[in-house]
Amino acid sequence: MTRALNVHRIAPGATVQDRGRTGYRAFGVSQGGAADPLALAEGAALLGQSVDCAALELPGSGGVFEATEPLRIALTGAPMRATLDGAPLVWNASHALPAGSRLEIGGVTAGSYGYLHVGGGFDLPLQLGSRSAHLAAGVGTAVQAGDSLPVGEDTRSGVGLCLPQDSRFDGGVLRLVESFQTAFFDPATRDRFTETTFTRDARANRMGMRLDSAGEGFATSAGLNILSESIVPGDIQITGDGTPYLLLRESQTTGGYPRIATVIPADLPRAVQTPSGGVLRFRFVLRDDALEAERKMRDHLRALPKLCVPLVRDPSQIRDLLSYQLISGVTAGDAPYEKE
Amino acid sequence: MTGATSSSFDPLIRSAGLNAVLVSFGDALTEPANRAALAFSAAVARAGIDGIEECAPSLVSVFVQFDPLHLSLEVVTAKLTALLAEQDWYAAPMPEGRRFIRVPTVYGTDLAPQLEEAAQAAGLSVETAIAQLSEARVRVQTIGFAPGQPYLGLLPEAWNIPRQTALTKAVPEGALVVAIRQFVLFSVANPTGWRHVGQTALQLFRADNDTPFFLRPGDEVQFVQASPDVLQRHKHDPDGGAVIEAIR
Repeated sequence: MTRALNVHRIAPGATVQDRGRTGYRAFGVSQGGAADPLALAEGAALLGQSVDCAALELPGSGGVFEATEPLRIALTGAPMRATLDGAPLVWNASHALPAGSRLEIGGVTAGSYGYLHVGGGFDLPLQLGSRSAHLAAGVGTAVQAGDSLPVGEDTRSGVGLCLPQDSRFDGGVLRLVESFQTAFFDPATRDRFTETTFTRDARANRMGMRLDSAGEGFATSAGLNILSESIVPGDIQITGDGTPYLLLRESQTTGGYPRIATVIPADLPRAVQTPSGGVLRFRFVLRDDALEAERKMRDHLRALPKLCVPLVRDPSQIRDLLSYQLISGVTAGDAPYEKE
Repeated sequence: MTGATSSSFDPLIRSAGLNAVLVSFGDALTEPANRAALAFSAAVARAGIDGIEECAPSLVSVFVQFDPLHLSLEVVTAKLTALLAEQDWYAAPMPEGRRFIRVPTVYGTDLAPQLEEAAQAAGLSVETAIAQLSEARVRVQTIGFAPGQPYLGLLPEAWNIPRQTALTKAVPEGALVVAIRQFVLFSVANPTGWRHVGQTALQLFRADNDTPFFLRPGDEVQFVQASPDVLQRHKHDPDGGAVIEAIR
């Protein structure tokens, strides 16, 4: 039998994602890739493999899965209730998935996007250099019940590692830098924007999220006749009626609505993981501060393999303790990490 | 075309988020500014500046992405400024290898239900509207929004009609829509604020193909009027019955 993960049930909109595509912006294809790239890197670190491995992105809730051969798995991103043959699995950790066992992943307990990683990565064919589904571009499809996802060869071994639980799953303050259309908005509107408390609208998707707030909108009359211009992930565009939309990695490459500011890359994982109804605020920072945040983010990504620690288990919770090889073969810290 | 003089706008370099700059050759769509954007984007790609990751032209600008921890905004601005000084980009020639493509198009009918509404907005009879749209030889000014999706222009002045106030929920692949003296030809079904005046069988984006994108900036296109029968006949041809010739 081929090495695969069989999907018995799955949340609507679940897709296979890697780091996305670069080099196709001139052809109208945005980068896409995992909505939360930090969760992608965490899974790679827990399994000691390359961050280029593709994982299954689960929006809001998971599904029921079964491996055709023994697999190593890792669960990262928005914490979800997960069980293996009925026994609870720790989130943000790596585990063994024996062939034929039932892996069940439920709804999020915080955040928005959970990730199921497999040792060796999901081995879908490359399209434009990536395994990511880009539904907005018509590349790839959502994963459906009955699918069998091929899994690549796993050259590593060892499970039972975990990473500290992160706090990015409950909204908060996102840092902004000015962008080339910020000047379309008068200082009073900009100030009001940073003084406003927003909630993430329930209709958010991989392309963007609508930001709801009480009171009047943030419309500008200055920007209504502008040409369509390039979009970067993190841009906050204001539509004609004054509603802000935060644009994400799978947004269109160009857009005609003016943008008030851009969320810095280091804060995008927090942005996309904001749960439906979660509260967000915005704060402008200087470019130097944004660069410092970027430096810290990359240092953190590089340090992830070293932050993985053995999972502390309560032996009474493990039915078949003797069959576990808890950390064999794992040498944390030497993961083949991609250089930035 | 408006703004025919080539030096009425000095190119502007402004940051776009933390890891990109936008080099703009105008604040309105003009033929020279569009030429400048296409030529300068190609020049940035050719220059192979260490730390620059991607560049892409939009209608009158070039988007340049770089690693901000490797290349400072000051350095990238200086390098692009030096490149700008090398020639008069507004007078740059069109890209090489351009083609003239005639695409069978059904105007109106239930395949393109907003023709009458668009003609009315343009102050033209339906017959005149079809004549103007089907005889116009338009140029791909940029590819953007969706994979392989072109913005084409410029149409006659009458077609300087605004976008709709409300969005059309979705137009299908191959839909020809119009606003602000431009066509957009849809590569995938998407919502739009532009009016759906024609329908083609052209498949602009072929994800599994070696050359996944059919059109390139600089290509010229005529949307020749055809009957629904003709379109039906080309349904399984990814080129949608288009006739392609090289521009020399």
